[in-house]
Amino acid sequence: MEILYVAVLILALLALVFGAVLGFAAIRFKVDGDPIVDQIDNLLPQTQCGQCGHPGCKPYAEAIANGEAINRCPPGGEATIKALADLLDLEVIPLDAEHGSEAIRTIAYIREDECIGCTKCIQACPVDAILGAAKQMHTVIVDECTGCDLCVEPCPVDCIDMLPVQVTPGSWHWQHPGHVIATSSLPLSHGTNDNA
Amino acid sequence: MVDYLLILVSTVLVNNFVLVQFLGLCPFMGVSSRLETAMGMSLATTFVLTLASLCSYLTYTYLLEPFGLEFLQTISFILVIAFVVQFTEMVVHKTSPLLHKVLGIFLPLITTNCAVLGVALLNIKKANGFIESILYGFGAAIGFSLVLILFAAMRERITAADVPAPFKGAAIAMISAGIMSLAFMGFTGLVAI
Repeated sequence: MEILYVAVLILALLALVFGAVLGFAAIRFKVDGDPIVDQIDNLLPQTQCGQCGHPGCKPYAEAIANGEAINRCPPGGEATIKALADLLDLEVIPLDAEHGSEAIRTIAYIREDECIGCTKCIQACPVDAILGAAKQMHTVIVDECTGCDLCVEPCPVDCIDMLPVQVTPGSWHWQHPGHVIATSSLPLSHGTNDNA
Repeated sequence: MVDYLLILVSTVLVNNFVLVQFLGLCPFMGVSSRLETAMGMSLATTFVLTLASLCSYLTYTYLLEPFGLEFLQTISFILVIAFVVQFTEMVVHKTSPLLHKVLGIFLPLITTNCAVLGVALLNIKKANGFIESILYGFGAAIGFSLVLILFAAMRERITAADVPAPFKGAAIAMISAGIMSLAFMGFTGLVAI
């Protein structure tokens, strides 16, 4: 009879210990969503421009998680490719020219007196950065604009310009060392200016 | 050393778990329709079987035997294996998302497979030692993987082949599995374990 008690005790003890450890692990090793997709998505520039051939950054992140090439994001450029290669333990590869080239960051600007209020650019904007209503003048919310160029094409009166982002004391940062070497003409032109 | 090699040869070829002992037939038929899933399943099985034989050996030797509770082996093995695999799955999911992508859903799926429990029970029956137990589990998993991948490759070609209408689908798969099993009977007597 005694062995029965021991058996029940041992099994109950085993179950209790395992249950406790699993419960602890469920909290300690909790994973929100699909971690790899979210991690990739965090590295992408969130311009939602669609130049990679996907409808936005999140779908491209999912495609990368499923094995697509990491060099199809022109707005992110080389920095994004490097970060992605680091995360996924892949080789750094040059930007795929098929999907566009790395350009300076721009934001959209609507010439407001020319705007006819057609709302076409509002529908094209992937991040809802354009404010306006039918037959009313539209304008761009500068902080929200990602510079994706998608609103330029649908405008019937061509009143949208892509302007380079103005450098302000808030947004200025040191130049990347690689950049300085690549554009060695910069200090040279300074020199000629001094001479003149 | 020779003994360990013999255990491996015996479990992989001679006493192959799937084709000779007929354990683990459900994943063998279920996930062998595509080579890629078969490989994922093989990896997960190798992992689980090796781990399971290790844990069940420890449970039996240090928990059940001292108290004379050998009759609890089946239920406690199920408990221990399910726990260890579930725990490992959580840790892998958190620490290595890419590895989790490969093993994915296969890890919890294979946990309560009869091959896994079979290895644990056979280890006790054969009174294998610590290293022998692990090798036995590992060999069984390699045998399972070998057969599963071979079979998946065959089934991929069978889908493209011109099979007579009455044999299409599961029927031809069963027949090929049977012929494979016959072929593996040829290894009988190679090693006497």
